[in-house]
Amino acid sequence: MAGIVALLAALVLTGFAAWAVKAKNGRFKDRPPHSDAEILTATDIGAELGERATLVQFSSAFCSPCRATRVLLTDIAAKVDGVTTVDIDAEEHLDMVRRLGILRTPTVLVLDGAGTVSTRASGLPRREQVLAALGQAVGERR
Amino acid sequence: MSQPAQVDPRGLRVNAGITAVVLALVLITPEPLNVVLLAVQVAVFAVSALVNLQASPYAVFFAKVVRPRIGRPAELEDARPPRFAQLVGLGFTAAALIAFLAGATTVGYVATVFALVAALLNASVGLCLGCELYLVLRRFTPARA
Repeated sequence: MAGIVALLAALVLTGFAAWAVKAKNGRFKDRPPHSDAEILTATDIGAELGERATLVQFSSAFCSPCRATRVLLTDIAAKVDGVTTVDIDAEEHLDMVRRLGILRTPTVLVLDGAGTVSTRASGLPRREQVLAALGQAVGERR
Repeated sequence: MSQPAQVDPRGLRVNAGITAVVLALVLITPEPLNVVLLAVQVAVFAVSALVNLQASPYAVFFAKVVRPRIGRPAELEDARPPRFAQLVGLGFTAAALIAFLAGATTVGYVATVFALVAALLNASVGLCLGCELYLVLRRFTPARA
């Protein structure tokens, strides 16, 4: 009897977790209040900032959606003017991971032209989610 | 280091599916059958995590029975994340086994449920829960020298 209850609990838990993760993946958060905004420099990310925006991806070895995310961001950076992307190994930059409160890989930060973190999302995002976040980051600077 | 090992992602889903069925049986079969099934699953996790993903009986089943019917994979995946996840699975099922053997049935059920949820998530939506844990754990350890 207890076993059946446990099995049902596992099924319910799985359904809920699958739904929660699906809803969360690739959802870019609203911009934090300006005073709290983090700023990343070229030194932080180990590459020049993009002229209009930079897509910063945090990856780790034990991460299967990281590759698909990288492919998507690289493609977007190639197609959109003034946007670059950089892939950071989270394990080699644990100080930055802690500072930014990154819990999952992949996590994608969208920086505006000045390096301010405009928004972020974890999990594999869809193309239109990244484009919308980019539009917001670039638009804010005008 | 040589090229990291690659695995067929569909094999991982099949592996997770069989694991989920075995763990579900652990929950609903009477003792001592459930403990025997759990011990088998612990052994399978140990082979996948500590020897080689392809060496586990579930992977052999996939390679011999399933793959010949579905053809070559569109792409391969890095073997390190799933292998780490198998290690996490080994941890939970080994804890459950010890709990059952020590008579702590409730603890055994709870640990089995965690392992089952992880296997079901992997089989159904391809989410690797063990992999998600990796960075969270790494944050608490000092940076590599």
